[in-house]
Amino acid sequence: MQSIPYVTGYLTEHCGDDAFRTFDGYVARGGYEAAREALRARKPEEIVELVKNAGLQGRGGAGFSTGLKWSFMPAGGEKPKYLVCNADESEPGSFKDRLLLERAPHQMLEGILIAGFATGAEKTFVYVRGEYQEPARTLQAAIDEAYARGALGPDVLGTGFRHDVVVQRGAGAYICGEETGLLESLEGKKGQPRKKPPFPAQYGAFGMPTTVNNVETFSHVPHILRRGVDWFRSIGTDKSPGTTLFGVSGHVGRPGLYELPLGTPLDEIVFRHAGGVRDGKRVKGVIPGGMSMPILPADQLDVRMANEFLRERKTMLGTGGVMVMDEDTCMVRVGCVITYFFRDESCGQCTQCREGTGWLHKVFQRIERGEGRDEDLAILEDVAAKMEGQTICAFADAAAWPVQGLLRHFRSDFEIHLRERKCPFERSFEL
Amino acid sequence: MVSAAAREAGALRPETVAAIEREMAKYPRKRGALLPALHLAQAEEGWLSPAKIAAVAELFDLRPIEVREVVSFYNMFHDRPQGRHEVCVCTNLPCSLRGARDLLRALESHLGIEAGETTPDGRVTLRHEECLGACAWAPMMRVDGGYHEDLDVERAKKIVDGLE
Repeated sequence: MQSIPYVTGYLTEHCGDDAFRTFDGYVARGGYEAAREALRARKPEEIVELVKNAGLQGRGGAGFSTGLKWSFMPAGGEKPKYLVCNADESEPGSFKDRLLLERAPHQMLEGILIAGFATGAEKTFVYVRGEYQEPARTLQAAIDEAYARGALGPDVLGTGFRHDVVVQRGAGAYICGEETGLLESLEGKKGQPRKKPPFPAQYGAFGMPTTVNNVETFSHVPHILRRGVDWFRSIGTDKSPGTTLFGVSGHVGRPGLYELPLGTPLDEIVFRHAGGVRDGKRVKGVIPGGMSMPILPADQLDVRMANEFLRERKTMLGTGGVMVMDEDTCMVRVGCVITYFFRDESCGQCTQCREGTGWLHKVFQRIERGEGRDEDLAILEDVAAKMEGQTICAFADAAAWPVQGLLRHFRSDFEIHLRERKCPFERSFEL
Repeated sequence: MVSAAAREAGALRPETVAAIEREMAKYPRKRGALLPALHLAQAEEGWLSPAKIAAVAELFDLRPIEVREVVSFYNMFHDRPQGRHEVCVCTNLPCSLRGARDLLRALESHLGIEAGETTPDGRVTLRHEECLGACAWAPMMRVDGGYHEDLDVERAKKIVDGLE
């Protein structure tokens, strides 16, 4: 993987520097100063308020206010409190957390320390997806170094605050990226999401008050503390401040990571930064935020990449995974790949999801093979509608939305398959 | 405290048991260490035999079925013998858009097996996997845990041929 994004910002400007992975290298760049200052001179509730005012939104997909999430943690109390860092990056099209873990682990750890102090948590469990063996190793090395240098343990940075960090590796289940599926997995169980309420802030890891944040979310925190709310809010849009790491993949000339302000227009990301569609072809569609987010057609790429604008186009920022498809792409095949994934990864708890994901895939496949029936598009719409909002977690929605997006914008692709009783897109990618 | 049964069963090496106990100490309830324990147990022979599952269950005061239920939920745990090497090709959308299916098919015919199978000599188990977080460097594969990115068919074959 490239060691630095093609376009860097405050999160990634030092990622190409090998020393940045080390404690000394990070400290030389001003690292751990924000945490030291916060732990010494600020009150926890002050930090929560500051992060709330900064308007930091979670970067793991849902875009919820980070400060607000922290404020749900009960103050005081006898019970231990925990933080969980969600490093289960599994959303197809997303690969930003991997870079942050491999190249800037101390930046994330500093964010964890500040969050831990603000929420009163004594321990953080970092849940790293099982396949990220190297990133997990790099992170563990950084944690060991932080302990050795007194940035973790009983007396963090000489402030008297205690904080421990434990790394757990997952074992290959997409659903463990859902925060309560993750908590179950962390407890040594099948990663089947919990019913909410109670929310993790009341009943989280091992039954204790818990806040779950994503790798990138934690990584923003030291910068906000160091440079202030006004600075953070001067980047991005009014409602969505800061930068994010856009991961561009698919049929582009320069696939890779791009750290850009939220609100950057999608066409600017695809054409100006990522080199446009390769081989001089035209673009057909772009998934803007990881595979769960509905696709946009070529004539809607002027949209600005922040939830307040994307929602108007019936899609969302998700994890910022931008997947670009060229003019030859068969959107029914795209649907076959997407629905296969969700069928495979459904945890099986809820009927609508377990059965619905299977039906979606089955119908997509028969349309692609030229065996589609006249009623199939209505079946897809009906199944997707019955999955949405009906289950314990948002997985079923995530499976339904991309199907709805494909039908909304590329209905004619489906109709040609039904009419010609075969796939007419001969130059499309292979299934 | 390791039970006598787990020790005597000999299904897990003493150093594995010791490592599992170190993991247990990190969690408020020892069951939190079950996934790490299964990774450690599997690392011994590349799969989780019924004897190893029973030994892990014993360490965690669980019934073997409770451990099996966890094992079967996760793709990375295997309850049957695997090849000496594991080759996993990502076939999710970003990789498929850039030729992952052709790559997988080429490896299937090169090895004479289908995805999900192991070569008769026990050398390689070939699998297709879901998104591995390497979308910009597609197509890619994971070989014994390590990533190989920006592949073409020839390079992929060479990597596979290099496996003992």
